[in-house]
Amino acid sequence: MNSELFTLTYGALVTQLCKDYENDEEVNKQLDKMGYNIGVRLIEDFLARSSIGRCQDFRETADVIAKVAFKMYLGVTPSVTNWSPAGDEFSLILENNPLVDFVELPDNHSTLIYSNLLCGVLRGALEMVQMAVDVRFAQDTLRGDNVTEIRMKFIKRIEENLPAGDE
Amino acid sequence: MSSDKFLQDYLHFTFIQSHIYELSRQRPTDRAVSVSVLEGMGFRVGQGLIERLTRDSPSFKDELDIMKFVCKDFWTKVFRRQIDNLRTNHQGTYVLQDNKFALLTQLSSGKQYLDQAPKYLAFSCGVVRGALSNLGLDSVVTAEVSVMPSCKFQVVIQKL
Repeated sequence: MNSELFTLTYGALVTQLCKDYENDEEVNKQLDKMGYNIGVRLIEDFLARSSIGRCQDFRETADVIAKVAFKMYLGVTPSVTNWSPAGDEFSLILENNPLVDFVELPDNHSTLIYSNLLCGVLRGALEMVQMAVDVRFAQDTLRGDNVTEIRMKFIKRIEENLPAGDE
Repeated sequence: MSSDKFLQDYLHFTFIQSHIYELSRQRPTDRAVSVSVLEGMGFRVGQGLIERLTRDSPSFKDELDIMKFVCKDFWTKVFRRQIDNLRTNHQGTYVLQDNKFALLTQLSSGKQYLDQAPKYLAFSCGVVRGALSNLGLDSVVTAEVSVMPSCKFQVVIQKL
């Protein structure tokens, strides 16, 4: 039931954004932005609760996101697949997306990326641990795909710019 | 605190928080509008929740019976604890007191954010009003906080 409150609240939020903004692209952008703001704060809590240390490589990061973070916050464990040969890009496949229970997209919102908040959360959280990533939905059950697929691409390490002379 | 419990409170809270932030940025002068938007969102959520919760329950015999259901079953499922105290004047006014309201536990318990609380509670008031509305009761729901995180909801049933 808790999760129903959560799912319904998310639904009410997306509905409200659809009323507030004129087109789907703008709503997608807002969801991403809200997610980003959540992510930059969520990471701190995540690190504290999971007591996970620094990841050795992007593969480890992928595993932590799927097996620890998703499990902890959404109660599901996506699978990590479709690695690019260079190892800088992978997919999270969600059999069940808890955000979309009871959801159907109306015909006039065919370009809405309903769960786009998740992309923002991932981007925001990883940015706080010095990783710039590109996150987007590649497949979505709401739009008729069999599974939900989130594609993540590593862009670069963010160097910490400390002011000169500051330790 | 278990993680799923945390998930709900935290994410829920941040949804509302970012929405409040966005709304106040867009309509800086119109605080009433953002509160009513949040109330409206809560209303829809309350309608959806009560529909799922009452699917298998027998029909209610009167207004008080409905209020008791809201205070016990509904509150427990949605906010994870029962209402601590229910009072009524038997003329359609009810005061529901929750001494540790789930959505306020994320705010600091000092006096610092006391004036911010109504914004966070607008959503919850909407949830209660939505639930009652689907059970056939039109109501006006307001909330009042004097000491965090305790909260009093006043429900006034609108007679036709």
